[in-house]
Amino acid sequence: MAYYEFKPYNVGRWAVWSLFALVLAVAPLVFRSSLAHTMLSQMGIAIVICLSYNLLLGQGGMLSFGHAVYSGMGAFLAIHALNLIGKGTLPIPVSLVPVVGGLSALAIAAGLGYVTTKKAGTPFAMITLGIGELVFAMSLMFPEFFGGEGGISSNRVTGPKPLGITFGPQIQLYYLIAVYTFICTALMYAFTRTPLGRMLNAVRDNPERVEFVGYDTQKVRWLAFMISGFFAGVAGGLAALNFEIVTSEVVSGGKSGAYLLFTFLGGATFFFGPIIGGVLMTLALVLLSEFTKAWLLYLGLIFLFMVMYAPGGFASLVMMNLRVASFGRLKELWVSYLALFGTALVAFLGGAAIIEMLYHMQLNAGAGSQLEFFGATLDVNGFNSWFGALFVLVTGLGMFESTRRQFIVQWGEIQEYIEKEMKRRESL
Amino acid sequence: MTSAPYALELKDLRKSFGKTEIIRGASLAVRAGERIAVIGPNGAGKSTLFNLISGRFAPTSGEVLLHGQRIDGMKPFEINRLGLSRSFQVTNIFPKLSVFENLRCGVLWSLGYKYTFLKFLADLHDANDRADELLRLIKLDRKRDVLATNLTYAEQRALEVGITIAGGANVVLLDEPTAGMSKSETRRFIELIKEVTVGKTLLTVEHDMGVVFGLAEKIAVVVYGEVIAFDRPEAVRADRRVQEAYLGAQSETHAA
Repeated sequence: MAYYEFKPYNVGRWAVWSLFALVLAVAPLVFRSSLAHTMLSQMGIAIVICLSYNLLLGQGGMLSFGHAVYSGMGAFLAIHALNLIGKGTLPIPVSLVPVVGGLSALAIAAGLGYVTTKKAGTPFAMITLGIGELVFAMSLMFPEFFGGEGGISSNRVTGPKPLGITFGPQIQLYYLIAVYTFICTALMYAFTRTPLGRMLNAVRDNPERVEFVGYDTQKVRWLAFMISGFFAGVAGGLAALNFEIVTSEVVSGGKSGAYLLFTFLGGATFFFGPIIGGVLMTLALVLLSEFTKAWLLYLGLIFLFMVMYAPGGFASLVMMNLRVASFGRLKELWVSYLALFGTALVAFLGGAAIIEMLYHMQLNAGAGSQLEFFGATLDVNGFNSWFGALFVLVTGLGMFESTRRQFIVQWGEIQEYIEKEMKRRESL
Repeated sequence: MTSAPYALELKDLRKSFGKTEIIRGASLAVRAGERIAVIGPNGAGKSTLFNLISGRFAPTSGEVLLHGQRIDGMKPFEINRLGLSRSFQVTNIFPKLSVFENLRCGVLWSLGYKYTFLKFLADLHDANDRADELLRLIKLDRKRDVLATNLTYAEQRALEVGITIAGGANVVLLDEPTAGMSKSETRRFIELIKEVTVGKTLLTVEHDMGVVFGLAEKIAVVVYGEVIAFDRPEAVRADRRVQEAYLGAQSETHAA
């Protein structure tokens, strides 16, 4: 795809961005429950974090294990700023608190990032891991700043209230988050189309060659790291406003891992992948963890399958199917997709029943031997439940594998057709 | 350009890897606009010499002067900014960027855009025009939006040279530009190199003698880390030391 267009207006791009703004604006009117508003707020925050993480991973080829340092430190400084506003010593409106988070994370990324980005590849990953652990350890050592076990809490209803906006009700805060999400997304997208953004891609692809076209790769990485840190800090500041409490958990390795995992699941190779990742992160962390105690196990399994079968994440699945559709061949795949989905569902039900029974045995033994599973009653002491679940799992897997093989053949045939078609068009 | 008599000068350049001295006092003086072929048996140190000049390795001792200015020990990007550019023996491009993007990456620094993230690439008309011009020059305009990784081998070699000349460097080092190409591809490619390096100082490492005589005005013979001869092709061919050292070393490699 060409990045350099002569057309003064790109209709497609206008449409996509308008749609994005519309979705952000309308979502809380469609999903009206307070749970939905909480989740939408968290989704906005997660989108900004995942996009900022992908500036490193997808755009710059930097695998960071310590991104939570920047979002987390942004959150801490933002909540301290909020407390200062409450005391009347900091004369800025609450709506600018995320910017405080961003700027402080930028400053921290400038310092720590200078060391981190000296190296690329595996050493880079190791240093980020080390710095992540360091900051997390520090967060427990300095309770004055990090608030110890209880964290730092605050109240976002403070300072001047223009037009009666207090950010007290969740819906008001949601719209603040939505505005930040839209602006941050637009800015990060714009960044990918600037000289530094392009050279960052070049550094990802081939750092050695970059040195021979006049660029200092360390400096490119460092600048990108700071920009990524800034947006992570903005997201941290939004989170501080959203939860009105920040605990040392926000700088933990677990958080960094989640950002990595969901950015990858969403798809690091496309700009919009992390948006999917952010939405998935919120769904998993808020909803999935409500449904089942075994949610981390399911998440791990999904991640595993994604790495093995679709390393480009959900975004690449979307793009591959769009490509097939643009050559008019998507219609033939409907039946296969339905079959794949159906058989996968059967296998999933069987597997999930076994997992749930195992978890029930380990964690809920006191509550009796029976558990509810999608309307069926399973008995962990009964042979029938185990045999039934295993039978469903094996049947599902068998059917899935056979449909998958057929699908692979069909998919390969379509891809071959597309390749040929592209060659033909090229030679016209 | 400065008043220095030589575009590129090596003075008693030495490089050791551990105890092994690979470059043992190489000296060479190239005038602006000259086309030089660097030849020598395998392992003589031709590529190492290029790596020392371009800053990939720092020399152990000795001097490298670009237009009279010392560049030994500088970083590759610093040397590149002073107007020396190189290509690689093993294709070294940006595989996941389009052909056009590859060339534009080569152009940006020289047009002064540096690390800016406050301008859109699409608005940099000089950079875009220059990249398009290069595209035509290396005859890949039909492949503009193809990812570099999807090009044929010969096309990738052309792109390699394209990136090398993109920044407008006036001293160009090409490390075996025709390596792995067929005879007919090589012939076409040599014409291309001549065309795109008009007015530049050119140094090429080359094994193919046909290419050497087709391209170079002067030949530098490197044997065991030294430049043992540097002269017009006829004179080099007649040089007894060259014949001895070169043929001797070659029969050694054949025996090995």
